[in-house]
Amino acid sequence: MAGPVSRRQLLVGLGGLGASAAVAVAAGMSPITFEAAAESEHAPDAKPRQWAMVIDLRNCDGCKKCTEACQETHHLPQNFEWIKVFQVKDKHGGEYFMPRPCFQCENAPCLRVCPVAATYRVADGVVLVDQDRCIGCRMCMAACPYGARYFNYVDPPKYDNPFGHATPEFPVPQQKGTVGKCMFCVHRTAEGQLPACVEGCPMKAIYIGDLVEDVATNGDRTVRLSTFLKENDAFRYKEELGTGPRVYYIAGHGQLLDF
Amino acid sequence: MDRRTHDRYIERATWPIGRGDRNFWIAVSVLSALVAAGIYAWIYQIQRGLWVTGLNQQVSWGFYIINCVFFIGMSYGGAMTSAILRLTNAKWRAPLTRLAETTAVAALLVGAVYPIIDMGRPDRFLYILRYGQVGSPVVWDVVAISTYMIASLVFLYLPLIPDLATTRDSLRMSRLQRIYGVLALGWKGTPGQRASLHRGIGIMAVLIIPLAVSVHSVLAWLFAVTARGGWHSTIFAPLFVLAAMLSGVAAVILVVAAFRKVYGLQEFITARHFRYLSYLMIALGVGYLYFMVSEYLTEGYLAEESVTPVLEAIFVGSYAPAFWSFTILGLIVPLALAAFPGRFTIARAVGASTLVIAGMWLKRFLIVVPGMAEPIMPWDWGRYSPTWVEVTITIGSAAAIPLILIIFFRFFPVMSVHEMEEVEGTPEPRAIVLVPTFAEGGGK
Repeated sequence: MAGPVSRRQLLVGLGGLGASAAVAVAAGMSPITFEAAAESEHAPDAKPRQWAMVIDLRNCDGCKKCTEACQETHHLPQNFEWIKVFQVKDKHGGEYFMPRPCFQCENAPCLRVCPVAATYRVADGVVLVDQDRCIGCRMCMAACPYGARYFNYVDPPKYDNPFGHATPEFPVPQQKGTVGKCMFCVHRTAEGQLPACVEGCPMKAIYIGDLVEDVATNGDRTVRLSTFLKENDAFRYKEELGTGPRVYYIAGHGQLLDF
Repeated sequence: MDRRTHDRYIERATWPIGRGDRNFWIAVSVLSALVAAGIYAWIYQIQRGLWVTGLNQQVSWGFYIINCVFFIGMSYGGAMTSAILRLTNAKWRAPLTRLAETTAVAALLVGAVYPIIDMGRPDRFLYILRYGQVGSPVVWDVVAISTYMIASLVFLYLPLIPDLATTRDSLRMSRLQRIYGVLALGWKGTPGQRASLHRGIGIMAVLIIPLAVSVHSVLAWLFAVTARGGWHSTIFAPLFVLAAMLSGVAAVILVVAAFRKVYGLQEFITARHFRYLSYLMIALGVGYLYFMVSEYLTEGYLAEESVTPVLEAIFVGSYAPAFWSFTILGLIVPLALAAFPGRFTIARAVGASTLVIAGMWLKRFLIVVPGMAEPIMPWDWGRYSPTWVEVTITIGSAAAIPLILIIFFRFFPVMSVHEMEEVEGTPEPRAIVLVPTFAEGGGK
């Protein structure tokens, strides 16, 4: 796709209509909105989206803006890094940064061990936590191989939820004594917005995508997800555990190499 | 057993009932103060939240989970000791079974509270029943622990019934007598009643073993079903079962030694009992050592990426002092101490048991904390140092066990009278009994 693209078009692109929308815009037709696409999900034959994330480590410079954006959106305390940026030293002395959101595992260990089904998976593949249900046993934290879960030891910062009460989709403010984690900002994607970290990343290293429509976007460009993953040899972290993470990494050391 | 010994046995088993001497009140007040401090710390934690503990995002399980495994393990040993002695029909068991069964219940009552102490939202505890998920190890635990708790209470209660009747008949305190009467369920000692009781105890002795095995296995699976290197081990369940029995037998030795001395049971609980219990402890300890070597060897030899950091930290790293203290002082030294023949059998058994119990607590620490603190992501080792809240709750809960035992045995016979009669037979009453004064107390 050539030239700058507006966010509206991006989100349309996210709906798998990238190419046709571009054509439609070029032809002066009004593009199908993301909201309309979301509505069409309710049709009996419509498949739910299957959210996935791609993190392009070639672009990540470890600025932690994603973490900040996440904390701002969810009104989290400083040490709550639902997307945490690790500085990784490899065996040969090389260093790179690796942001880690929740991997929304398809075979989620946290979900299996929960005694009260406070953690569950919704149709679009995102793992949510019902903090009205969570008993705070922290078994899920022991089970998660990625350390993606955070226990609310203290009261979260004060925040008046505009919807009156925190929901699993928008668990703000967090409840003390329960566990919280990244949930791909389903409260934003449902509204046609990008997840906070995707939007907050100045390097455009994070892509949010849909496995069903096979597209992904970083807010700047839209890619054909499967091709993008294949061409860049994307990998999933600790894939050998069989957890089926929904987050893909493209290896790199914070710089784009153009061979 | 002649008439005189028989009467003396009953006298020794029942004399403290309903009485409180100075030592009793001193012990009860000191222990109650410790328990009260523990309860205060728990209330302090409930009011403020788990941040008052040393737990954090990386090490989110600590003292409470360690104590849960530790105390429930101790309970298991008590139940097992009694069950094994009954099933093998060991003739020398009569003075020990009551103490062992009560230790089992006391330790379990304490251990079973820990999952609740550890919860972020203890007010939602009943959600486990309401929304229970069959696939969750936490639910397995709750089911197994509560089943085992009922079973161990029944296991304590059944052999107590005839003794309650004896107490009922010998007491002249009207109000207490009525309570004993109710609890004794109208026991008269008819052949029919005896047969049913015998059958009941037999069934419980058989049942309690798989129940206790299941409790400790699911406690192990709490760890073993995760992807953490230090925990994901197939041998964990049997390892936990053996550890539980080992620490439990050690606890029984300590309890028996203490009550023997304080209640003056030296005539009936002799060095022989301690030697036999020591043999049991040695067998379990050697078994544990074997399992432990088997675990560390198979995991360490291959040195998988997820396991190596934990093993390194345990063998040579920051947890090495704790690990080697456990292995040498908590396992090898006490086993040697208990194994050698010679004098001071009781003192050696008590010393060995103390070391074993301390060692087994340390071992649980070495399972829980390094497994939690290990860098499962590219981060540093987690840190964990308990706060005064965790330490106070731990001390308070440990004090609760002797407190429960001391109070319990001021109301119920410390040795099973019925059991003794079953084993030895009731002697025919004789008209004249001469009791030489020098036979009072002491003796072998």
